[in-house]
Amino acid sequence: MKFATPAGENPIDRLSVVGRPVPRIDGPRKVTGTARYAYERHDAVSNPAYGWIVGASIGRGRVVSIDTAAAQAAPGVLAVLSTLDFAPLAPGFRTTVHLFGGAQVQHYGQAIALVVADTFEEASAAAHLLTVEYEVAPGRYDLAAEAATAEPVADRDAPDYPVVDRIGDFEAAFAAAPVTVDQHYTTPDQTHAMMEPHATTAAWRDGKVTIWTSAQIVAWHRPDLAKWLGVTEGDVRLEAPFIGGGFGAKLIAQCDAPLAALGARAVGRPVKVTLQRPLVINNTTRRAGTHQHIRLGATRDGRLTAIGHVSLNGNLPGAFAEAAIAPTRLFYAAPNRYLTMKLAALDLAEGNDMRAPGEAPGLMALEIAMDELAEKLGMDPVALRIVNDTQVDPREPDRPFSERHFVECLRTGAERFGWDRRNPTPGAQSDGKWLIGMGMAGGFRLNLLLPSAARVRLEVDGGLTVETDMTDIGTGSYTILAQTAAEMMGVPLAAVTVRLGDSAYPVSAGSGGQFGANNATSGLYAACVKLREAVAARLGIDAADAEFRDGRVLSGDRSVALAEAVREGPLVAEDGITYGDLDEQFVQATFAAQFAEVAVDGFTGEMRVRRMLAVIDSGRVINPTTARSQVIGGMTMGVGAALMETLAVDVRHGTFITNDLGFYEVPVHGDIPHQEVVFLDYPDNKSSPMKAKGIGEIGLCGVAAAIANAVYNATGVRVRDYPITLDKHLAGLPRVA
Amino acid sequence: MTPFTYERATSPEAAIRAVAGTPGAKFIAGGTNLLDLMKFQIERPTHLVDVRGLPLATIEDTPDGGLRIGALVTNTALAAHPRVKRDYGVVSRAIVAGATGQLRNKASVGGNLLQRNRCPYFYNVHTPCNKRVPGSGCSAIGGASRSLAVVGTSEACIAQNPGDMAVALMVLDAAVETMNAAGNTRSIPLAEFFRLPGETPEIEFALEPGELITAVTLPPPPAGTHHYHKVRDRASYAFAIVSVAAVLDEDGTGRVAFGSVAPRPWRVAEAEAALPEGPAAVVASAFDGAKPTHENAFKIPLAERTLALVIAEGKG
Amino acid sequence: MLLPEWLLNRREFVAGAAASGALTTVPMVGPSPALAETAPTNAVRLDVNGEPHALTLDTRTTLLDTLREHLHLTGTKKGCDHGHCGACTVLVNGTRINACLSLAVMHDGDSVTTIEGLGTPDDMHEMQAAFVKHDGFQCGYCTPGQICSAVAVLAEVEQGVPSHVTGDLTAPMALSNIELRERMSGNICRCGAYSNIADAITEVAEARG
Repeated sequence: MKFATPAGENPIDRLSVVGRPVPRIDGPRKVTGTARYAYERHDAVSNPAYGWIVGASIGRGRVVSIDTAAAQAAPGVLAVLSTLDFAPLAPGFRTTVHLFGGAQVQHYGQAIALVVADTFEEASAAAHLLTVEYEVAPGRYDLAAEAATAEPVADRDAPDYPVVDRIGDFEAAFAAAPVTVDQHYTTPDQTHAMMEPHATTAAWRDGKVTIWTSAQIVAWHRPDLAKWLGVTEGDVRLEAPFIGGGFGAKLIAQCDAPLAALGARAVGRPVKVTLQRPLVINNTTRRAGTHQHIRLGATRDGRLTAIGHVSLNGNLPGAFAEAAIAPTRLFYAAPNRYLTMKLAALDLAEGNDMRAPGEAPGLMALEIAMDELAEKLGMDPVALRIVNDTQVDPREPDRPFSERHFVECLRTGAERFGWDRRNPTPGAQSDGKWLIGMGMAGGFRLNLLLPSAARVRLEVDGGLTVETDMTDIGTGSYTILAQTAAEMMGVPLAAVTVRLGDSAYPVSAGSGGQFGANNATSGLYAACVKLREAVAARLGIDAADAEFRDGRVLSGDRSVALAEAVREGPLVAEDGITYGDLDEQFVQATFAAQFAEVAVDGFTGEMRVRRMLAVIDSGRVINPTTARSQVIGGMTMGVGAALMETLAVDVRHGTFITNDLGFYEVPVHGDIPHQEVVFLDYPDNKSSPMKAKGIGEIGLCGVAAAIANAVYNATGVRVRDYPITLDKHLAGLPRVA
Repeated sequence: MTPFTYERATSPEAAIRAVAGTPGAKFIAGGTNLLDLMKFQIERPTHLVDVRGLPLATIEDTPDGGLRIGALVTNTALAAHPRVKRDYGVVSRAIVAGATGQLRNKASVGGNLLQRNRCPYFYNVHTPCNKRVPGSGCSAIGGASRSLAVVGTSEACIAQNPGDMAVALMVLDAAVETMNAAGNTRSIPLAEFFRLPGETPEIEFALEPGELITAVTLPPPPAGTHHYHKVRDRASYAFAIVSVAAVLDEDGTGRVAFGSVAPRPWRVAEAEAALPEGPAAVVASAFDGAKPTHENAFKIPLAERTLALVIAEGKG
Repeated sequence: MLLPEWLLNRREFVAGAAASGALTTVPMVGPSPALAETAPTNAVRLDVNGEPHALTLDTRTTLLDTLREHLHLTGTKKGCDHGHCGACTVLVNGTRINACLSLAVMHDGDSVTTIEGLGTPDDMHEMQAAFVKHDGFQCGYCTPGQICSAVAVLAEVEQGVPSHVTGDLTAPMALSNIELRERMSGNICRCGAYSNIADAITEVAEARG
């Protein structure tokens, strides 16, 4: 089904199952520990051997030799795979890294060996017995030091934008503006820190391999794995029914997947491999840190006349730039604009996608700058954003937003949060020893349209089976796909079985870029339309005016049980959604207004978040329960980004030294208060037949800045260098006894 | 982990004999720190002697009105003990400020005193560290050092003692009771138990090889209000950036020790005597001679502000 | 682009960066003990979820890997293997611990309750049901540890175990929102379901009165 014109009324609009807060259908398995993840497939693989990955202990250079004799002689060891015995695995989709093979070390922690043994304990012990000889090359590990070498660079995911994106005359407008902000901001390198480390079990049989792995997008893994293993795609079966979180870390294959398969081939036995937690951080990908220079010029009544946003970051040679300027292109009106990204070469683990890439770090800076402008103007920060709302693409004024209700997000949020109780004077509110502040920020994230397919089968018992290689990384895919099928076919939710994450199923959009829910359900919608046609044909009913409801098919005076259609055997339909140019005709995006209240210990400077509210405009909400969870999850990650998360680089060794969940702090229960989420109800008929949009990332967008602005409101000390830790404002806090 | 044999000791004497008589042998109780380090091969015992079956898990009143805490009492049990909650609040407060419920259920009092440091370079077996490999150098100097010690350090090591309970025990003048290979017992004042790094940062405790901690003793509770304030970036489950343990009397005198600022819980008699003059005087004295890095110099003003908070709370 | 002064100041510690040249590395862990031909093993008897097990295990096997790899009880998760995340939380003789930081040989004769022992999909424990009702999870990987911890937290409050946020140490304990969050802080959820987990536990606690 090609979706090329705005959706009219369709069966989803009944909202008898879709739009309802039904509990997750996979919930009972997850809460009882019976959902099996990639390393846990005792049901499918008996007697696996255990692989342990060894990472490079230099930042850049070459492996000269690896002495594996001691490891090979150690108890239980079945094989030691040395990177020197393999040709480099060509960089896969969306990456520049050789996951294994060859002598070159591109970054610290790159895999250089796999030790395979009978037991986990034996593999781990033997891995410490390797002697590795390196030739160390000088590495570039410090973004500040490499800043001068940075070059302007295009946006990988939006290549049509000019590298230096100028509209109007930014310099003149900025110089002429009566009120300006001109500030630098930094965001740190971050790690996804999903709870399940990358993990894979691989088993060969007759030249074909089955790979159970923790993958967000099955179809982004399989072609690379086939290439690396020297087999056809058809010879690779990939299964990922449960994934212990991803946040972008599992979009593309990491070294555990090819190494498990190579190890299994080497020892003639299934092998399972998981990345040790410290290796996750230095071996896989990161969200790249940024240095951002933002200049805002405004009239005295708060209208932006000039926006300048220059973002610097660093990555491996040939890798992409973190698109921190992405939200600035579309968020606020301003006639004169200057946006560009610069990229320096850094020999650190590759910067790549992490939840809301571009938007998340970009808004961390932009939305502090807006707060600073509001203060200079003596204007309320909510009002400033309302004044600068745009209903069209500032670059192409003929291109409107499909739906944009950011102003309503702001107004609703201000009212619900009690924003009028905020004291605009920083450092003026206290509660005992605590300095109290309120802050807000806007959130923006594009809605992306990708093809997605599904198969749906009406069984003879009246049940429906949905199959697609879509994944559920905690997003609720199982549940919302079941809701979609139930709504389309007029059956109860309990009649639907959903099977996911298997490369044998039709190719979906997968989970990433907050594009999973809308596209995958739309692909299933298309398959269900086809199934409805098949049912109607069997029953001799005109599909065009048939209604599917309560297990029956209704048409004119006729009412036939759905089961009648499958008396002689099940009916199967497979289809997918593809898109026309509605995303070119219209800007499709999601919006948030984020509010936070923080308390800062007036003595120690410690910060604790007291209240949080998000008001979200993201089209139709397919399931308010799972959608709310996506948003509060984003808000929680935003607390981490604001107050604690940072990968500290040791610029001498080229390694992230905060390399585990002890040194790299993410929020714990104690950090997170009750979170409130409000969804606006604006179905978007330009987005898809579901009229839904992304929900998985907008919840994070703007959160860190809202907290940063709240901390400033509490203390009067502006920190522009994330994370905002107490040492950065301690000297500016009021004196104590 | 490297392979090791394992036995359960049936008496303190047998445990000590087993460790003293077996090269590479170590005691294990809770194991929460030892096993963490064994997985990185930072600790590589060849034989583990499990002491948890020994009769060292009781808390008893002493004739002088103090308390004798068996080395195997879990952190949870100590923090929840009625007499500790009533008379030694600083100990309860310090324990529950540390780690998590799960870890405190497992960790023992004796083992907690022996927890090693939290320097990230100590944990990375590919960077030099004088604690891990004596003579290899200190990577923390000139490296990521925000969490590390500012005072009591040496050219060889700037790792901090990250403990919480030990800071509280320090202000209470606790002592560590031990038994050695010859069967002799002794009592080591806590102030002498922790060694400063000097040129031998690998030697962290005043224990002989094979010497077993059997108990911690507390003198009668000092008069005053008990306080433990731990400063950290996230609200829980994090090591301290700075902590302050104090017992404060109404007249402005009292006792105070600082945590996570030095290679051992940091209590300085002259600094404590300055308590009536206020936190600035205490900190100026306690941190005299400090050598912070540019990343952790903030710990000194933070210590002053944290002490100011504790004093303010003491005045209630 | 000009860099602000405070940022430039960070560059001072670049001095002393590793030079180039040849380097031979082994893990810097001091002298290596001789490896045995085969690793020592011990007999271990465990009662897990009411079922007795007699195992012979490499002494190095953690309780966590015993459950997951030997007994195939994979509900207990490995998130970090170093006590930093809480995904491996189980109840041993009724007390919650991190199974990753304990050796199986240390549990000879112990009773272990894992998530599988609390309930099944068709017969969930009240805490499991409350997690489903309040959507107290997303990816599900930390969830078994969260639930085991939550069950234990209610018991710890009843037993008078104080927490970091307890006001009067000697007064009777109650499970306020902040108490609950502090006590659950040893279980990290990167999906960020904390607000919903708090609702789930509160419901169970209130139902018990």
